[in-house]
Amino acid sequence: MSRALLWTLAALGVLLLALVAIAYGAVPLSLGDVARAIAGQGDAGTVTIVRALRLPRVALALLVGAGLGMAGAALQGSLRNALAEPYLLGVSGGAAVGAVIAVALGVSGTGALPLAAFAGAAGAIAAALLVARAAGGRADARALLMAGVVIGAFANAAIMAALADAPPNTVRGALWWMMGSVADSDWPRVAWLALYVLVAGTALLWMARDIDVLALGEEPAAGLGVRVEAAGRRIYLVSSLLAAATVAAAGLIGFVGLVVPHLVRGAGVRRHRPLLLGAALVGAGLVVAADLVARTVRAPAELPLGAVTALIGVPFFLAQLRRFA
Amino acid sequence: MIAFRDAVIRYPRAAVNAIDGVSFVAADGALTAVAGPNGSGKSTLVRALLRLEPLRAGSASVDEQPLAALDPRELARRVAIVPQRESLVFALPVREYVAFGRYPHEGPWRAAGPDDAAAIERAIALAGIAPLAGRSTHELSGGEWQRVRIARALAQGGRTLVFDEPTTFLDVAHEMAMFELFARLASDGMAVLLVSHQLNLVARFAGQIVLLHHGRVAASGSPAQVMRGDVLERVYDWPLMITRDPAVGAPALIPLRRPPTHP
Repeated sequence: MSRALLWTLAALGVLLLALVAIAYGAVPLSLGDVARAIAGQGDAGTVTIVRALRLPRVALALLVGAGLGMAGAALQGSLRNALAEPYLLGVSGGAAVGAVIAVALGVSGTGALPLAAFAGAAGAIAAALLVARAAGGRADARALLMAGVVIGAFANAAIMAALADAPPNTVRGALWWMMGSVADSDWPRVAWLALYVLVAGTALLWMARDIDVLALGEEPAAGLGVRVEAAGRRIYLVSSLLAAATVAAAGLIGFVGLVVPHLVRGAGVRRHRPLLLGAALVGAGLVVAADLVARTVRAPAELPLGAVTALIGVPFFLAQLRRFA
Repeated sequence: MIAFRDAVIRYPRAAVNAIDGVSFVAADGALTAVAGPNGSGKSTLVRALLRLEPLRAGSASVDEQPLAALDPRELARRVAIVPQRESLVFALPVREYVAFGRYPHEGPWRAAGPDDAAAIERAIALAGIAPLAGRSTHELSGGEWQRVRIARALAQGGRTLVFDEPTTFLDVAHEMAMFELFARLASDGMAVLLVSHQLNLVARFAGQIVLLHHGRVAASGSPAQVMRGDVLERVYDWPLMITRDPAVGAPALIPLRRPPTHP
């Protein structure tokens, strides 16, 4: 199969998946209804369901998946580690601390929790960079990885300590958020995340060739004219902030950043520019599919999205493991 | 051309200088070898050329321009460096790996052009890896990987080449072929700087040997000037003798057995 055909099929697949996800729900719609409603035609109730409820939900899922896929691809390449992903590097832990603090303080309102989560994630990213720099002399890949992992572990411990004697409602709220969901989506949230994904995604695509070279290692990359430390730090910062934005918008949705880049590499994509684009596409598709599963299998109850991404992603990953190992 | 003048390098938090006042020139059209025991500072010099370690004093220059003043990509267009160790986390097709040599010539959005393709093919031919070009980097033997890395350096298109222990994993034939290649590149006018433990081969191929010991130059000059028993015995702290290579007459080192010590 030619490369162009594969890309086209993948893009069409994600589009179809998105349309199915919009069509499916408590009020089942046909794909024709969906298309008409998006264009603003047809029954007013259907238009409202599609435009105000389902479209923002699916759009958020697409953006979260795209953001996590790209962040994972950029971090794995620049840190030269097949296990690197934003959540491993303290982003999720920091975001969770921020969110739990907000929940524990009784902060409500749709805007506050994402903001607190983003602040927490940004704090963890900054801490990882500072610690790695102080420890390594330079912020090299290994020091960054270790600092990120340990800060994440610290954050998780802090959350458990904070939740140990919290009232059940707080625990439930925090837990639900930590399991990830795109159910509360609305257009402002979609717009914010779209902005992040667009800006950070463009920046990563701009730096894609640097990521290619960084993946060779510190000394070869330096010999080819990359400012290893500065470029590594820039890529870490941009991809972590991108992941933090997805966490703020939809809570913790694990596994996408880890597994999606490997799936795209498994399809023969090596260079980071197509890899980033492919990871965005596949990540978007995976999260939309997972959300569809999350709200169907036990409808009207919903499964936690963060669990379903892993439940779907793991078999895919294992089936392809031979290619990576 | 690379020139070090009274270069001093010290690693962060180290008590002593790794390089302590080293001066030498690796001239165009010559094969210059840096030798010395493990830990004598050879790879530190390479890291300085990679600008991963700053000079505390003295200077390093490339083509008469201070190393620190050159833009990193400009430096990479002039000097290609093959570091001692390199392993890929994610496998690449060999040709694509060699194409990394063109990175210093690229812009962020500029696609590779015919110049780049020609440079890559030339490098593949020169390093003799055409039969490997379609393979994956994870399917190469140690020796094949070394040659592929050298092809990547040649693709950079610079006039100065630095190889850190390039023949460590090579058998006799591949090692000789590699030294022949270095000699050919030097006779084509390139400045070839070779870090090597292979004193006997270096003595046959190099025009100049710089012998390092504890970060200082213990001896420097032609193979005949450097390959002296008293000098090498002191630097390597091991009994040895110097003889003549019967085939080509170059000085050759033969390490002796150290008599067992009885308490």
